[in-house]
Amino acid sequence: MEISMRESWTVLHGMLFGAAFLLAFAGGFADLYSLKPEWVTVPGLQERLGRMKIGLWVMALVAWATVFTGTFIVYPWYRARPPEGATDLANFPRYLLLASENTAEWHRFGMEWKEHVGWMAPIASTVVAYAVTYYGPVLARKANERRALIIFFIVAFLAAAAAGLFGAFINKIAPIR
Amino acid sequence: MTDRVVDMDKPNGPVAAVMLAGGIGIAAIGVVTTLSAASESFAQLMAWNAAVGPLTGKALTSTAVFFIAWLVLHLLYRGKEVNFNRIFMISMMLVFIGLLGTFPPFFELFAAE
Repeated sequence: MEISMRESWTVLHGMLFGAAFLLAFAGGFADLYSLKPEWVTVPGLQERLGRMKIGLWVMALVAWATVFTGTFIVYPWYRARPPEGATDLANFPRYLLLASENTAEWHRFGMEWKEHVGWMAPIASTVVAYAVTYYGPVLARKANERRALIIFFIVAFLAAAAAGLFGAFINKIAPIR
Repeated sequence: MTDRVVDMDKPNGPVAAVMLAGGIGIAAIGVVTTLSAASESFAQLMAWNAAVGPLTGKALTSTAVFFIAWLVLHLLYRGKEVNFNRIFMISMMLVFIGLLGTFPPFFELFAAE
């Protein structure tokens, strides 16, 4: 049972950072949605806000870690150019996908979308983390602001989900070894 | 009780600032992605690192745009009450620009041959 250094980074990027962000979304969303004065007591609000602030900042940091490891560590291995005349493209995922019309769209659409849209997730989640930290308990009484933050949070989730989904599929078809 | 009163007085400016900056940063990703597709010379300009290619510049430029916009807007809106709904709508339009600009079937319309 072995795992290469490249595979370890891919796991760290997608399975640990990326998946952790997506899993944490459900909890953050539930907390934001139910942060209504009629639904929470004052002690409950304070306990929840402490947890939310930590959780949302951790999510934002994890989202930044995901895009930085993905872009600057894993992606260069994906787009590495094979030597002239190479016939075995197993270690060159981008060129392996493009070599066949059956798989080329995984790069042309999947990877091209994933590598860009993923960067929206850390920005949007930083917005939410800062706003919740700034307002604190007041946010429970600010329905408009809370609704706006929920939408930003959903944008972060959808961006990360699109990037994560295509990342998983592409790594299945043309894995980084 | 005093804390509650003070908290309720918190102006919405700093939150509007980060939200608008978020929209600007996200729109920036879409704009630089489409520009890179449309112009090979722009794409080369974004290729700050040979191994990563143009994605280096696209990612780092958008990130810098977000943080700089946040800093500037924060200084402008600090301590102020602003029209939050208007700022939010503008932010959503910017997010839409970002989503559109990063969607391959859209930016490939401008692809340089």
